[in-house]
Amino acid sequence: MSNVFSNIGAWVNERAPGMMPMYRAHMTEYYAPKNFNLWYYFGSLAILVLVNQIVTGIFLTMNYNPSAAGAFDSVQYIMRDVEWGWLIRYMHSTGASLFFVVVFLHMFRGIMYGSYKKPRELVWLLGMLIFLVLMAEAFMGYVLPWGNMSFWGAKVIISLFGTIPYIGNSLVDWIMGDFLPGDATLNRFFALHVIALPLVLLLLVVLHIAALHEVGSNNPDGVEIKKGPKGNRWDALKPADGIPFHPYYTVKDLVGVGFFLLIAAFIIFFAPTLGGWFLEHDNAIRANNLVTPAEIKPVWYFTPFYAIVRMIPSFLGTAVWGVLAMFSAIAVLFVMPWLDRGKVKSIRYRGTGYKVALGIFVLSFFGLGAVGAGVTAEVIPAWFGDVDLTFWENLFGRLMTLLYFGFFVFLWAYTHFGWEKTKPVPERVTTHD
Amino acid sequence: MANEVVDHGRRRFLTATTAVVGGIGIVSAAVPFIKSWEPSARAKAAGAPVTQSLKKVELGQQLIVGWRSLPVFIVNRTPAQLKVLPEQDPRLVDPKSEVDQQPKYAQNGTRSIKPEWLVMVGICTHLGCVPDYKGEIKPEPFDPKWQGGYYCPCHHSRYDMAGRVYQGVPAPKNMQIPPYHFVDDTTVQIGVDPKGATA
Amino acid sequence: MKHFLSGIALAFGLLVGAMPVHAEGGEGALMKSGADVRDQASLQRGARLFFNYCVGCHSLKYMRYSRIAEDLGLTENEVMQNLNFTGAKFDDPVISHMPAELAKTWFGKDPPDLSLEVDAKGADWVYTYLNSFYLDPHSPIGWNNTALPNAAMPFPLWELQGTQTALMKPAKDGDSAAVEKLVLSQPGKMTPAQYQQATRDLTSFLQYASEPAALQRHHYGIWVVLFLALLTFLLALLKKEYWKDVH
Repeated sequence: MSNVFSNIGAWVNERAPGMMPMYRAHMTEYYAPKNFNLWYYFGSLAILVLVNQIVTGIFLTMNYNPSAAGAFDSVQYIMRDVEWGWLIRYMHSTGASLFFVVVFLHMFRGIMYGSYKKPRELVWLLGMLIFLVLMAEAFMGYVLPWGNMSFWGAKVIISLFGTIPYIGNSLVDWIMGDFLPGDATLNRFFALHVIALPLVLLLLVVLHIAALHEVGSNNPDGVEIKKGPKGNRWDALKPADGIPFHPYYTVKDLVGVGFFLLIAAFIIFFAPTLGGWFLEHDNAIRANNLVTPAEIKPVWYFTPFYAIVRMIPSFLGTAVWGVLAMFSAIAVLFVMPWLDRGKVKSIRYRGTGYKVALGIFVLSFFGLGAVGAGVTAEVIPAWFGDVDLTFWENLFGRLMTLLYFGFFVFLWAYTHFGWEKTKPVPERVTTHD
Repeated sequence: MANEVVDHGRRRFLTATTAVVGGIGIVSAAVPFIKSWEPSARAKAAGAPVTQSLKKVELGQQLIVGWRSLPVFIVNRTPAQLKVLPEQDPRLVDPKSEVDQQPKYAQNGTRSIKPEWLVMVGICTHLGCVPDYKGEIKPEPFDPKWQGGYYCPCHHSRYDMAGRVYQGVPAPKNMQIPPYHFVDDTTVQIGVDPKGATA
Repeated sequence: MKHFLSGIALAFGLLVGAMPVHAEGGEGALMKSGADVRDQASLQRGARLFFNYCVGCHSLKYMRYSRIAEDLGLTENEVMQNLNFTGAKFDDPVISHMPAELAKTWFGKDPPDLSLEVDAKGADWVYTYLNSFYLDPHSPIGWNNTALPNAAMPFPLWELQGTQTALMKPAKDGDSAAVEKLVLSQPGKMTPAQYQQATRDLTSFLQYASEPAALQRHHYGIWVVLFLALLTFLLALLKKEYWKDVH
């Protein structure tokens, strides 16, 4: 048996001599720092979810009907008439939300351990592009079931572009291909969602990983293992603190995969709507251009950004400011490698100011999410009784917006003017096993 | 440097066990995806048994009903049409219906449950066209001694009044008889075998 | 540090898990429906109520009679004789035979399809709605509902529940008079407890109709979770074994 495999291996090797070195460079001889912790699971999990989305997505397209007249019915057809169609759809809808869960955690890991800093700026930029494309992909996928939230969500999000002075209105019509979201909109979103954006995503993921393997992974200590002592039990010239990705991190990541699948299966089988967070109840109503849902809110992963739009009032006769602020909230992440002039990478050795600021940043993100998802609109009257909801919600939301952007301003000033008191970074990675 | 003792047996055992269990998981996960290609409930509903009343089918007349998106011919055969059937045997490919193109209960001289009623899937066994009904016993352009039957417009295959294919035409087999049974004297149901019978 | 991280994880978990928001179609607190799609007897009773009292106007266009039979443990004969009064075929979807024209004249609008009613509004809302009809002389149809004020539907179950009348709260400045509570003014064929059980059954059936796959989910889910637990356990052992190399 093993003879057969080695023969096949030799056969392939003779015809493609570059394959084996490539496999070694990225797997068995890719030396990753040995001190990865919990936060380092989310990269491989994101790949797992991407594969899940592609496979389940392909099977959904086999029965989905991308037309305004047929889309909603075809989703129910998948849920009821297609054998196991319900499972495939729930895997896709749950996967979409979990994609953002792991990507948010993956990004937060990068911020926390300074993984965007030199020499990994390119890895970070490619990752941010993935995030941007993922948001577009998720938005268009959300429109496809053609429920009432799909329809109005599409209308509202597309209308954001209408706030751009001069070209806004014609831009909106161009995006929709109609004067309301309709067949044309649905068809182009379908084409982009099932083929164009996934191709871009895959390409970016390959580049993201290639760029990472050029410079090597960061780690919770922010220590460059390539600059440390050489020689480990596998190779006398490789970093002493590195271990081969395969088999050590493949088996470790598989444990993460196991836990992740457990959580995912629990949601898929026992709470696929997750109380309206993953699949919204208003989307069980067919798209109706005459009736707006009582409360329009995007899916949870867009809520922090959506809240920023709501919190910025229009002035000088245009509403473009809110939209600008929303895009800035994402754009500012792109320039993090240049905003942060800190001397050390990992939060473990950074100044107290940084730790407090990052904590507040996370809270502001959740706070904005709560505003965008309508949680504050429920909680404020419940906790404080008969108060002026709009006033308090705006006050809270604007404070959160200020804190969100404040983090980046603070980070720049804190590191630029040398206010940060860092702790000494160890020579070698530390382990906490 | 590799001076620790590695228990290779345990390592191999765990790898194999995990691979087997993981493999079972992957195969089981593939099952729903493969099954999703089965005819859906909608397709099955469209393919459900079809019940047809025969009251208005005159002698010598053909009625076409849809069953599983297939045309099913129902013919009230005349005594004359039935009488010439055995005479065709020498000119046919499979006069005794030995090829599995009909349920057991229709493997007889008239290829039917009741001699006068022909119930047959109207699809030419050559390339799937729907043959024309040429029921009258009279000279036809394609056969001056025509004894009544079916003529396929696509590649000129010919069948007799029991759907048995003539020799020397492209079609290889007799036309198919679907499962069917008589609910009562004047009602036929296509898609369900008679009680107690098997195909 | 560790606490900081677990704090974040906890906050996230709370935010996602503990705050189910549901779009409600009316005002006021909702009653707890207690609907349970795993209770087959309840589903059967609910189906009987639906096909006796609702299908005259409301369709379940995404449900097939055959699927209902299969999922509710009923035979083809039972469904065709006891539930299907429209002459539809066994594999057909449940379509009301009320002509749309007629419905428009009677109620001013089409009675909605109820296939996804529970998914859209929630089981508690449906249950509350079915328990909140009262006689209202000001309404053109004679009935009103506290869960859906000015509902276009007359109360089809009044024979069972009896009739409720509303005790009004005195009008506050600016607001019009509001319903304070409903009292049973004339009992029906059922006791209040029986009627609540009946509407619970009906709600269960509509919840099932919203998502028939729920039965399969519950059926397979437990095995999938157990299998993944085993796999994760094995993977953890494997990881531990390999990581003995790493110091």
